[in-house]
Amino acid sequence: MLSSKNIVLEAKNISKYFGTITALENVNLTVREGECLGVVGDNGAGKSTFMKVLSGLYKPSSGSLFFNGNKEILSSPKDSQNLGLEMVYQDLALAGNLPIGENIFLGREPTKKFGFLNLLDYKKIKELSEAHLDKLKIHVKSAEQKVEELSGGQRQAIAIARATAFNSKIVIMDEPTAALAIKEVGKVLDLINSLKKMGVSVIIISHRMDDIFAVSDRVMALFQGTNFAESELSKTTRDEVIGWIMGKK
Amino acid sequence: MDNPKKDQSLFLKLIPYLDRYGILILLLLMILALHIMQPDVFLSWRNVTNVFKQISWQSMLALGVFMVIVTAGIDLSVGSIMMLSLMVLAIVAKAGMPWYIVVLVPMLAGLLCGMFNGLGITLLRMPHPFIMTLGTLYIFRGAGNLISGGVPISGFTDEVRYLGHGRIDLTWLGLEESQYLPVSLVLIAIVYFIFWVFMNHTRIGKWIYAIGGNPNAARASGINVNKILVIVYSLCGLLSGIGALILAGRADSGYPNAGLNAELDAIAACIIGGASFFGGRGTVLGVFAGVMIMGILRNGLNLMDVSAFWQQVLIGAIIIIAVYIDVLRKDFGTRK
Repeated sequence: MLSSKNIVLEAKNISKYFGTITALENVNLTVREGECLGVVGDNGAGKSTFMKVLSGLYKPSSGSLFFNGNKEILSSPKDSQNLGLEMVYQDLALAGNLPIGENIFLGREPTKKFGFLNLLDYKKIKELSEAHLDKLKIHVKSAEQKVEELSGGQRQAIAIARATAFNSKIVIMDEPTAALAIKEVGKVLDLINSLKKMGVSVIIISHRMDDIFAVSDRVMALFQGTNFAESELSKTTRDEVIGWIMGKK
Repeated sequence: MDNPKKDQSLFLKLIPYLDRYGILILLLLMILALHIMQPDVFLSWRNVTNVFKQISWQSMLALGVFMVIVTAGIDLSVGSIMMLSLMVLAIVAKAGMPWYIVVLVPMLAGLLCGMFNGLGITLLRMPHPFIMTLGTLYIFRGAGNLISGGVPISGFTDEVRYLGHGRIDLTWLGLEESQYLPVSLVLIAIVYFIFWVFMNHTRIGKWIYAIGGNPNAARASGINVNKILVIVYSLCGLLSGIGALILAGRADSGYPNAGLNAELDAIAACIIGGASFFGGRGTVLGVFAGVMIMGILRNGLNLMDVSAFWQQVLIGAIIIIAVYIDVLRKDFGTRK
């Protein structure tokens, strides 16, 4: 079913060297529309480096990226954002001192003309962000509530809402449940499932097998900077995936 | 009997208001207290305009330092920037340049000094702005003394002195001649309004708060953090240059000790006004209240013949109390 959908992101033979250190060696990846790809690997396997290459934060030493079949060269995260790729960072790139709505629109604030000045359109920020939160079924008191007043799970939800507010097609999530209380993990996973239904492709990095098996359609393992194994989720088991992480097939 | 939970929730509900208006309440209480203690003098036209004249250049420095503090930075060099700008102004004035050049030069000098700070902090990747601006605190004052020979240069034209010394006549309103409006008061109002709009209603202002709240979030949002920091330090320098222009009007002289320790007063006003040293928090109105509290305290204590040493003790105590209130607010207002 999914295999008939368009490939929205493809990475071919990506290598990344930091001086004499090889972080990635000829790594490949494909993601289809509405698909959730789980990426696993031990610490230092190259997951985070790979995601930073995909989002344009790092320039690959060699290899190419294709968005909707077109070869693209990214020089900053701004470029990948313009192509519809958003990253939800592990440290929850939110400013706690600002309200929810202003966080969602940070860097892309709508403005209105006031004489010759471009002033912030607070009304639009509030309305658009509340409509977007409603769509994702994220419940908060008000978009004017400060982020620092929220729980960890709510903050994660806002970070995901932020990543999807501008019609992004691909969302990369780096350990989205790592810092959450158990009862909040489920809500974040539900959110990922509703993103998939909206046709958004999700790449999720996680150490938690429960997360991977709850939301992924496919899982790939990196080991020492290379593609180690990959499978449809339905054709593998937890024990096998854990084995991949440790470098055993 | 009493329901402690309900009391607490009422207290919690009050916190945002205390957070926003607490400093203004403190200011009003001080005004009321001083009015009661000095009923004939304190709220007289002459004394009120005096207070505004006294805080005129400090209020410019405090506003500049405030924006820097919102980014979680610090600018220790504002007093020296003001002194260097003042000396440049004095030299240009003595060289017989037309007044409009003399007026522009200190602002340009201040802007360039601030830009120097900003570029140093970002390009040299200083571990903290404290280091860079501590360095330029010495460099700018030294430069000011080098170009002036370390001696005062006095005597400016009325046009140059207008912002610091000018009077707006109000006799047409039926007021007496002594009841004039100092130009510096109007200037404070205009500058503070412009920066209020800038900080609260423009994208760059919002990004300044975002950088103070979480620089990584700002970066991940595509905000060019270094560029914004250079803008902030440059504006801080520009405001210090405007401060120099006001001081030139008031003192009619460029002198080596101008703005000595003024950076500490500016920081104190910001902290009293509710700006957080950790960045991302504080308001333009709060800074104004902070400047006013320091100005009124000095004025009131002078009126009551209290020694200047007690003024120092009191200002220090107010700083600590203001920050302690902030600590309490954080305990209640934020989920960890």
